[in-house]
Amino acid sequence: MKGYNFAYLDEQTKRMIRRSLLKAVAIPGHQVPFGSREMPLPYGWGTGGIQVTASVLGAGDVLKVIDQGADDTTNAVSIRRFFARTAGVRTTTRTVDATVVQTRHRIPEQALRDDQIIVYQVPQPEPLFRLEPSRIETRRMHSLADYGLMHVKLYEDIARFGQISISYDYPVLVNHRHLMSPSPIPAFDNPKLHRMPALQLFGAGREKRIYAIPPWTDVRSLDFDDHPFRQIRAPHPCGLCGATASYLDEVVIDDRGGRLFVCSDTDHCAERRAAGHVGSEGLKEAAE
Amino acid sequence: MAYVAVKGGEQAIDNAHAWLAEERRGDRSVPELSLAQIEEQLGRAVDRAMGEGSLYDRALAALAVKQAQGDLIEAAFLLRAYRTTLPRFAHSLPVETAAMRIRRRISGVFKDLPGGQVLGPTYDYTHRLLDFGLADCAAEVAAPRADEAMNAMPRVPDILGREGLIEPDGDGAAEPGDLTRQPLTFPATRDVRLQALARGDEGFLLALGYSTQRGYGGTHPFAGEIRMGELSVEIEPPELGFAIDIGDITVTECQMVNQFKGSKTTPPQFTRGYGLVFGFSERKAMAMALVDRATRAEELGEEVTAPAQNVEFVLYHSDNIEATGFVEHLKLPHYVDFQSELQNVRRLQREVAGTAERAEAAE
Repeated sequence: MKGYNFAYLDEQTKRMIRRSLLKAVAIPGHQVPFGSREMPLPYGWGTGGIQVTASVLGAGDVLKVIDQGADDTTNAVSIRRFFARTAGVRTTTRTVDATVVQTRHRIPEQALRDDQIIVYQVPQPEPLFRLEPSRIETRRMHSLADYGLMHVKLYEDIARFGQISISYDYPVLVNHRHLMSPSPIPAFDNPKLHRMPALQLFGAGREKRIYAIPPWTDVRSLDFDDHPFRQIRAPHPCGLCGATASYLDEVVIDDRGGRLFVCSDTDHCAERRAAGHVGSEGLKEAAE
Repeated sequence: MAYVAVKGGEQAIDNAHAWLAEERRGDRSVPELSLAQIEEQLGRAVDRAMGEGSLYDRALAALAVKQAQGDLIEAAFLLRAYRTTLPRFAHSLPVETAAMRIRRRISGVFKDLPGGQVLGPTYDYTHRLLDFGLADCAAEVAAPRADEAMNAMPRVPDILGREGLIEPDGDGAAEPGDLTRQPLTFPATRDVRLQALARGDEGFLLALGYSTQRGYGGTHPFAGEIRMGELSVEIEPPELGFAIDIGDITVTECQMVNQFKGSKTTPPQFTRGYGLVFGFSERKAMAMALVDRATRAEELGEEVTAPAQNVEFVLYHSDNIEATGFVEHLKLPHYVDFQSELQNVRRLQREVAGTAERAEAAE
């Protein structure tokens, strides 16, 4: 784009961000402060992820951007266009074709490969912030690996509700050392973080933190021996493709309690339908 | 009813932006605002956008105000997003506010002093009666002029300083931090805190400053001096080795003089709260000075009990560009998280219902 550098950020800024990324990869799960820039999109709308993507993107890359698992949600459209405009890179909605996937709130159903990078948009990098709002305090807790507070919170959940009540942004321990927020992905996606072949980068623009999970790193969702971590998923098949193992969106179809459950990962759903899978909605349509 | 996937996001976004542009222009039978009109006649709006946008450029700020339809936080955001792309070719030398070409200078602590009290173009003492004459085009007004330019008035805290009644101003020898390049870290030094406050939201600082006056971390302030006027900005390019003047800026400076009973290491003396803002923004400069003093509680050995004294709280929440982004991001899709919460609540309700049934069966 005229008047702007490739992928918007100037090269010095990208270098600064890449140095932070290297440090983040070297200390998996540790939040590295970085000189986050003001972006032409609002804070809280993916500025951290955008800066990370801008710093790792090359002219030959193919970019996929998803929000809530979907390529066609407005903010995903906006960010994809931002890079198409400022970097001129190829974009795609197919997970398998992408070299870089920027995401908000989901990990694609399709397993990622070791030649892919996934960039998460992170609203709140500090996993302890609901328990201790002071970042001076939480930094000290991380440095001492003092995570008792979080275990007590999980224990209290079990005492009150009989189970852990966190359903998204479920805290994980990375490389047996750092407590980390996986960003607000549903707990359903947490197992995908564990020993993922792809490099996982996390950018929090407003909070000015970067962190990372290198490929094949151990990532454990916090739990107890007698209360093991459980994935939660709506107990339905996808209405469009019939998938029984994908994460589902719940769509309100009338005002009489009618609901339709469909894959939140739009690419996954489209690929399955292209391969001939049909859900209950598709069968109805075929019958009409 | 068959489910139709929501497609066409791109077209919807384009259409929304076209609608926005149409609304911005408004009724085409009304003449369009020029940037010069905004710059000249909505000067306080331009000043606020420059201050919170951290960019001194009246013409660009006028453009931002126009583009944002007068939404000043949006205007500041436009300026911030532009300034971050600009190269840094130099740093200015410290500006000397004692050398200000004064348009306004008042002190709340001395009735008269060298240079005198200069009211300047103030709203103070105007009676807030709507001026219906302004509704039509106002008559040409020419204010009387002073005979001589008002230059280089001594600053009130310096007058107190000569007697050792107020703490020194600090040597300022160290390289100041820059929040726009380095992330905020704690403990945050005063230079960084002042930068954050100068960029901070006027309303937030106003409320925090007000809270200190109502007992939440009192600072016992007096408005030692408020001055507004023009300053020269100089840079010293290394290849030249001497300073050159690159232009003038308008600033408002407020120095609060605050009581201090002394501590183990410091004798009783007055302490400073400092505010400096681009343009004519007196409310912001005064609020900033109150909050600056409040955030010095810890270094002065005072008990930290109130929100305005909590440096981390103040600095993390004063930036309205960060705040507006995060508050407004709640309108982005959260389908996935909400879905996980829905499943969670349904599961918990089943659990509760099951427990109740089991209890009934046992009875």
